[in-house]
Amino acid sequence: MAGIVTWQFRHLLAIGTPLLILIAAYLFYFVDQTVATSMCANAWFFAVPLVLGALTGVIGERSGVVNIGIEGQMLTAAFASFFTAAATKSLVAGVAAGILAGVAMGAFLAWTTVTARMDQIIAGVAINIVATGITSFFYKSGAQLPVNMPQWNVPVLSKIPLIGETFFQTGPIALFALLIAPVLHFAMFRTRWGLRTRAIGEYPSAADTAGINVNRMRFVNVVLAGILAGAAGTYLSMEATSSFSRGMTAGRGFLALAIMIFGAWRPLRVVAAALFFGFANALASQLQGVVDIPQQFVTLLPYVLTLAVLAIAAGRVRAPAAEGVPFIKGEGQ
Amino acid sequence: MTQAESRPEAARGRPPSTEERVLELQGLSKSYGAVHANSDITLHIGRGEIVALLGENGAGKSTLVKQIFGLTRPDAGRIVIKGDSTPIKDPKDAIRRGIGMVHQHFQLVPVMTVAENLILGHEPVRGGIRLDLAAARMMVRELSEKHGLAVDPDARIEDLPVGAQQRVEILKALSHRVDLLILDEPTAVLTPQETDELLGVLSELAAAGTAIVFITHKLREVLAVADRVYVLRRGRVVGTVPTDETDAARLATMMVGHDVILRVDKKPSTPGKAVLSVRDLVVRDNRRLTAVDGFSIEVRAGEIVGIAGVEGNGQRELVEAIAGMRSPLSGTVRLGDRDITRFNAADTNAAGVGHIPEDRERHGIVASYSIADNLVLNCFDSEPYSRHWIRNISAIREHAIALRAEFDIRSASIDATAGSLSGGNKQKVVVAREMAARPRLLVAAQPTRGVDIGAIELIHRRIVEARDAGAAVLLVSAELDEVLSLADRVAVIHAGKVVAELPGDLVDRAEIGRLMAGERPGVPPTDHRSDGES
Repeated sequence: MAGIVTWQFRHLLAIGTPLLILIAAYLFYFVDQTVATSMCANAWFFAVPLVLGALTGVIGERSGVVNIGIEGQMLTAAFASFFTAAATKSLVAGVAAGILAGVAMGAFLAWTTVTARMDQIIAGVAINIVATGITSFFYKSGAQLPVNMPQWNVPVLSKIPLIGETFFQTGPIALFALLIAPVLHFAMFRTRWGLRTRAIGEYPSAADTAGINVNRMRFVNVVLAGILAGAAGTYLSMEATSSFSRGMTAGRGFLALAIMIFGAWRPLRVVAAALFFGFANALASQLQGVVDIPQQFVTLLPYVLTLAVLAIAAGRVRAPAAEGVPFIKGEGQ
Repeated sequence: MTQAESRPEAARGRPPSTEERVLELQGLSKSYGAVHANSDITLHIGRGEIVALLGENGAGKSTLVKQIFGLTRPDAGRIVIKGDSTPIKDPKDAIRRGIGMVHQHFQLVPVMTVAENLILGHEPVRGGIRLDLAAARMMVRELSEKHGLAVDPDARIEDLPVGAQQRVEILKALSHRVDLLILDEPTAVLTPQETDELLGVLSELAAAGTAIVFITHKLREVLAVADRVYVLRRGRVVGTVPTDETDAARLATMMVGHDVILRVDKKPSTPGKAVLSVRDLVVRDNRRLTAVDGFSIEVRAGEIVGIAGVEGNGQRELVEAIAGMRSPLSGTVRLGDRDITRFNAADTNAAGVGHIPEDRERHGIVASYSIADNLVLNCFDSEPYSRHWIRNISAIREHAIALRAEFDIRSASIDATAGSLSGGNKQKVVVAREMAARPRLLVAAQPTRGVDIGAIELIHRRIVEARDAGAAVLLVSAELDEVLSLADRVAVIHAGKVVAELPGDLVDRAEIGRLMAGERPGVPPTDHRSDGES
């Protein structure tokens, strides 16, 4: 009985909460169309790199590899994509370079932590430091994108009031972020790859005795997750701002980790968590004109929220049991 | 054991002919550094045969079966499976060739369901990618029915009791076609009832033609269910005998290489004043349910009081409450005339209570510390091991060297990590540390669980010596034999209460069994087992 009640409650929560927010958003929309539209667009704009970054973390940690180098992965990708696009005058080359940079950093993390069994935190810190160093050293001012990234109107869907304007009048990377989350969610919980990924992150020796190559799978997953971190960085420099500045990720990679935790390592919840941060941010910028708050407090908001959210989430969500622990064959418990 | 006798006579005690052989090991050797875990091991097993691998901790049993299952590779020698001597690459290869393994530490993902665990590694999919969990559930139900091992396919592993987890582990092994089933100390975590059930299942599997290799150091189980025994000592096979041509004492001798005194030699006790008095103790378990329910007992200086009972009747919570690891809801615990009810573990220890915890890996040792440091865990902050807040390394080392010799802790060095020791030697470290403090009260919980016979003998002797030196000893053990051979007085615990107190030397085992099962003294037992069989 208890099981059924909890099940219903959980599903009510999962379906009800977004529904409630949606209703609230539309009520607001009918009150003030312009403000509502701009706030929603702002929220998603802010959330896109967080979704992609957090999903990078989800894949890594579900496989048992803690990735605190997401910040560095994103920064490197932002740098590589922007300057490649500027140099080759090709947006496609830029995006490809950004994703490749994310993958390369992912491969570095995978090699150090999975193959060389280095401490995962230290490896992540190393990535962040290297990324800051490289991108500052090679930074040249004055570079420009040949053209801005295209803005697409998805047929039919973009005509929906509010939702259409928020999610479907968009650039390619934002659209990718919107699509990859449900795909990854399905993959994580409904496919062979997902079952195995969760197994190697929870209890690798069980996976090993079932004939799964734990370290190879971890390696591949961490490298592939680099695609998402690469896309996140590319979004920042090419799609969101059309410019690159030193340290432009500004802690978003760490914010993504908080969102990963808040989202309980579940891709769809990660999207919800990122949108929550996005809305908080949008609300703060809106309030700026109305109430007299210094600018610094507004920019502080996401980080204060991070602390609050982590304090609430701590103890309620459970991390994959084997994250952070290198797997050594034959030393399983 | 009746199940064993019900199997076809052909399968019992007769070496199978070569073409029936499921597994043959020829001169298998494996070393880890300087340690020869296995040297030149040769053995064979035929269809429908149950073979026990018997040996002390560290005799090389686990290493041996890990090689058969492809978890490690032998340095030399051949493994022949059904006539095929191709080396086994990895567990996947072993599974493909009909080998199933039930691991000592269950290889189950705790947060996943039974069905998910069963399909891991060979998942059925629909439409190319989607996991077919309905098929998985169906498979669990079919297997479960076929082998008479009841499990709920949708239960999460971490919510299941240990016995049920093991059923899942066995079903997992049987979810492939299995010609050879290997079980690594399957009964170490089971209650006596669960053990009997397991032995029944093994007999049935063997009757259906499965060859079974089963590792244990419990002689009773070997004699109950195995056809043949291979005895391992220091990495070598020291003998093989059919079980109907041997007995417990002879097997024990083969295992340890000298005669083991299965009965503990001890003088009658001469109890003094009460050291531990527990009054009306009520303790709740982790689920906040009452586990100890108005428990009272007294232990006097110079006597051993044994707590007999089926596991899970409040023993663990009782011990934790006395040792200061768990706060009781009500009642008192007194040590001499001091009330120690609300003491924490350190204060309890300082008051003169030694504690051999049930779970040595979690509460007994710090695996990453050296043996020497583990031996001073209860006194590292007092003279002479620490002076002016600085550790006195030479005193710690001298202490360790003395205890290593006294308690026969087998390790290359006192600087080796405690985690590198075998189970028996870890336990000797714990026992040595707690005994060395000369406690007024020694609380020993499952002091010989998962420990080889040589170590059991040593630990038992030390407990009796502590008693003779005037210590009060509270012994909690799931092994009735242990309680009966050591205790001067036996208290039977059921549902958190003492249901009977008996003198240690005048105990009728059948009577104790009934008391442990919660039946009132004097009421005849109902024999559940006699119904379903024959």
